[in-house]
Amino acid sequence: MRNKFADAIFEIGSRDKRICALVADISPAGSMVNFRENFPERFVNVGVAEQAMIGIAAGMALRGMRPFCYTIATFSLYRPFEMIRDDLAYQNLPVTVIGMGAGVIYSTLGGTHHTMEDIAIATAVPNMTVLAPCDPMEMKAATEWCATESTGPVYMRLGKAGEPDLTQNADGPFQVGRVRRLRAGKGTAILSYGITVKMAVDLADELGASNDPVSVYSCHTIKPFDIEGVADILRGHDRVIVLEEHVPHGGLSSRVREVAWETGAGCELKCFTLKDAFIHCYGSHQDLLREHGLDLELIKKALA
Amino acid sequence: MNNTEHRNDFDLAAARRRCMRYRRKILDISQQVTALHAAAAFSATEMVDAIYNGLMAKDTGGAFTDTFVMSKGHGCMIQYVVLEDLGILSQTDLDLYCKPEGQLGCHPDYGVPGIEASTGSLGHGMGLATGMAYTEKFIHKSDRRIFTVFSDGELQEGSTWECMMMAANMGVDNLIGFLDHNGMQSFGDTRETHPQFYPIREKIDAFGWETAEVNGHDAGAVFDAVVNRKGGRPFMLIGNTVKGRGVSFMEGVPIWHYRSPSPEEYQQAISELGEISS
Repeated sequence: MRNKFADAIFEIGSRDKRICALVADISPAGSMVNFRENFPERFVNVGVAEQAMIGIAAGMALRGMRPFCYTIATFSLYRPFEMIRDDLAYQNLPVTVIGMGAGVIYSTLGGTHHTMEDIAIATAVPNMTVLAPCDPMEMKAATEWCATESTGPVYMRLGKAGEPDLTQNADGPFQVGRVRRLRAGKGTAILSYGITVKMAVDLADELGASNDPVSVYSCHTIKPFDIEGVADILRGHDRVIVLEEHVPHGGLSSRVREVAWETGAGCELKCFTLKDAFIHCYGSHQDLLREHGLDLELIKKALA
Repeated sequence: MNNTEHRNDFDLAAARRRCMRYRRKILDISQQVTALHAAAAFSATEMVDAIYNGLMAKDTGGAFTDTFVMSKGHGCMIQYVVLEDLGILSQTDLDLYCKPEGQLGCHPDYGVPGIEASTGSLGHGMGLATGMAYTEKFIHKSDRRIFTVFSDGELQEGSTWECMMMAANMGVDNLIGFLDHNGMQSFGDTRETHPQFYPIREKIDAFGWETAEVNGHDAGAVFDAVVNRKGGRPFMLIGNTVKGRGVSFMEGVPIWHYRSPSPEEYQQAISELGEISS
């Protein structure tokens, strides 16, 4: 997804001179070489200085620019959090903060590089829009929206390279603030966002039958949350499953539970998330997800 | 001093009269509220006056083309009274300071006329000003400048140094900073509480900035230092100041960082101001 993001930002930046990219000296930003070479004045590498990245981006936005700040999610959101809150959100500036490799993707790098609480933190901030597209096409549409239509700050959670296309058969186009049905089903619906949508699709394959397919939704906008859309899903299914690579509280699971309570939903609701724990497991991404209980076989067992 | 002393269009006698008026106005407002950062505004009074009334460029219609950012947001009382003097804020705005019907709080808010950035939390102004200066110089390719007043305390914030280093890397010589070096913090004299804070000027030099150091209450010295800078690098004027300058019982006494004077103290302060301005 990160190479596709670099392509998207280059393409948009070619036609919109307000687009600029600020990076904090991470190697994935190397994929932005095209942008850097073609628009050197609109590419800023602040070095290992994320507070500077956000503060300088805010100053640029105050002078009419629409900056994208790009680094690994922990460093783009946690380290400069007060700059994001005060400089971007309080002043309501159109700056997009990209959280690259969120969740526990950087498995062997350990807890310092895992981003398990970003949705809770980012959605808590007034004026902030929080997006988590699930595949390269959705990411491109989301990036286009951030670049040209957003009126305030955005935190956009991205995965890594190699996500498959999941949205080619979606009901409609990407629309900020609207859940997007990727597969139509009957009894069961699975809600997820970002990289875990792939797991949702796999789980739908396992749970569904030809006469009782499982619905899958990309909840790419966690804020503003599509309360009506989720209420409809809760009304329209006997069982709703939420998958997210995030701690149990403050993410999609919490929001869906809130809507379920507020609307008096009668369906069964099961949420599968990361544990509320730092887990010292130095294996693959899959290994770490399994340790957290976010694994296809474990989920199937829990649902049986 | 005589009234004919001028530096270009910057009349020092007029500046002295303005600064007395500004301090009086801040003291007047202090009588309407329980707390305001009067002492922090008094240490920056001459520098803020020199910026707005001497240094910032205007277009033919009289609107500022340069930008001012009060990085030490708690010093904004001086910015408010200057903006009122310039007709950008109204007397009503000042009368409604920190009142629910008003628009002015203890820290400046972006969106209020004349306020170009929200500040209050220390260590944010350097990044904001650097981003503004970079955009003006290298993207808009304008000759607009960004004037920013920093507190010395916010040089203890790491973010200030991150951005100071980056400002020099970016070559934003249209960024002109003023360090309100009053040497006072909540727990007392910085030289005693944090001796390794010093030397300041050498640190800023080492980060690639051009610097000058003057008495921050000497309006002529402040003005001259800025107009005579060499350029090519971001510039920091270290203005050595006295917190609470102009009112003897406020000078260098930490409680006045926040407290408003009582009616008796107010009367004494007003009479003292008349003396220093003559």
